[in-house]
Amino acid sequence: MTPIIELEKVSHVYSEGTPFELAGIRDVNLKIEQGEFLGIIGHTGSGKSTMIQHLNGLIKPTAGKVYFKGEDINASKETARDVRFKVGLVFQYPEYQLFEETVYKDIAFGPKNMKLSDAEIDDRVREAARFVKLPESVMNKSPFELSGGQKRRAAIAGVIAMQPEVLILDEPTAGLDPRGCDEIIDNIKEYREKRGATVIMVSHSMEEIARTVGRMVVMYHGHIAMDGTPRDVFAKKKEIESMGLSVPQVTKIAERLKAMGLPIDDSVYTIDQLMLELTALRGGGIRC
Amino acid sequence: MLRDITLGQYFPGSSVIHNLDPRTKLVVVFVYIVLLFVGNSFVSYIVLGALLAACIAASGIKLKMLLRGIKPVIIILIFTAVLNIFFTPGTPVFTLWRISVTYEGLRMAAYLIIRIVMLITGTLLLTYTTSPLALTDGLEALMRPLKKIKVPVHELTMMMSIALKFIPILIEETDKIMSAQKARGADFETGNLIQKAKAMMPLLIPLFISSLRRAEELAMAMESRCYHGDDGRTRMKQLVFAGRDYAAFALTAVTAAVMITLAVFGF
Repeated sequence: MTPIIELEKVSHVYSEGTPFELAGIRDVNLKIEQGEFLGIIGHTGSGKSTMIQHLNGLIKPTAGKVYFKGEDINASKETARDVRFKVGLVFQYPEYQLFEETVYKDIAFGPKNMKLSDAEIDDRVREAARFVKLPESVMNKSPFELSGGQKRRAAIAGVIAMQPEVLILDEPTAGLDPRGCDEIIDNIKEYREKRGATVIMVSHSMEEIARTVGRMVVMYHGHIAMDGTPRDVFAKKKEIESMGLSVPQVTKIAERLKAMGLPIDDSVYTIDQLMLELTALRGGGIRC
Repeated sequence: MLRDITLGQYFPGSSVIHNLDPRTKLVVVFVYIVLLFVGNSFVSYIVLGALLAACIAASGIKLKMLLRGIKPVIIILIFTAVLNIFFTPGTPVFTLWRISVTYEGLRMAAYLIIRIVMLITGTLLLTYTTSPLALTDGLEALMRPLKKIKVPVHELTMMMSIALKFIPILIEETDKIMSAQKARGADFETGNLIQKAKAMMPLLIPLFISSLRRAEELAMAMESRCYHGDDGRTRMKQLVFAGRDYAAFALTAVTAAVMITLAVFGF
């Protein structure tokens, strides 16, 4: 099967030819399969944001090709614009892009640009609002009256309402309280399951990535340093730490327990896994 | 894209020009601009051009970067030059139907282009080699005498330095919001003037809101660090004239003398 998105030797250099020349990403090859939940982690300035903006044609690569379902998305202006509706991108702090008089109108902005019928737009707006658990009562309020968490969800709904086949989110939980984070992650999971969509999520939180995604990519200095399941990636603790990142805290606890002599699996990366390991040990008769 | 705008941009460096006192640079640029309009012969522009070329060479700034600043005014430049060529009375060089191209017109157009190009490159050299902070510091020092007549010099320059500081931040912000709205299918490029103006709303509203928010945050941060205006404020970097500053003044004075002599004797 052709991957839904493919990057082929993509490089991007900012401000080429000035003293501020800066390589965003270099020679990135990446295949993203239909229905995948992909996590992207990396240090600040590692090129994550640059890379994801290539996926829907917002940034054109200075070298290399980007394919959506096997077609070059930068082939013409029309294809690039078309892809934006199929690959929805939620930027970091998306609440800063809210602008309409009401939440309803703001969510409808994307679908309206797709030139859909009014009935279709209405359906999509309400469905998107349900996905992110925005109550009916806020739909006619000004987006600027909402709380921080609600603003964030309204902004995400604005992208979900376009019903993209691929949903990309750049740190969707940054700056939210733990409960707000969990809610957003649940909303995204639900969207993926119900729509069969592909989801790509950039995050700084190893815990979040560890318990949500099926595959993760680690960016370092503008290229992909690691690519695999969280199990594979977090097993390489030393390498990850050398890139200025860290493994989930649970993995650290597991490691300490192992150092104390408990036979625990090397690649524990969620609390649930550790709990299973420990209860299994207790069942085996060892006191801990 | 937007980030390519070089208005008021500063390229750090350590050349003689970079290291000149900002007050010196401001005075020299001011004199230079006056001299641009004193000059009225090709010989005088060669003299002034030599000074500019020497400064550019000493600064290490690429000529390409300086010429980039001319791009936005190129249309106005061509338009005024054409008007000058055709509508200046004088000795005709040749005549097309009823419009004649005059010798005086050609000369006026050439002067005009030289003046504007040199004006832009000269002032750009100042902003490219002087950090906004140094620039406003220099301005404040030069305008200090105006405080005697109750001009709020410190407040004005503080506002200016904040404004300058916000330019790159706002450009970045604009870029970001634009990308975000484009990701939702916003179209900023096609359509007629009214459609284009309407299409700007999703960009302008968030931009205004975030500017107000930033201003408020900055005011709060300044107050929480006990900012209270000019009185009793000290500086970490005091402005002191060095030998190179006196040399620059001397060079400028000599150039000015030559230019005025040329103008008076009509070369």
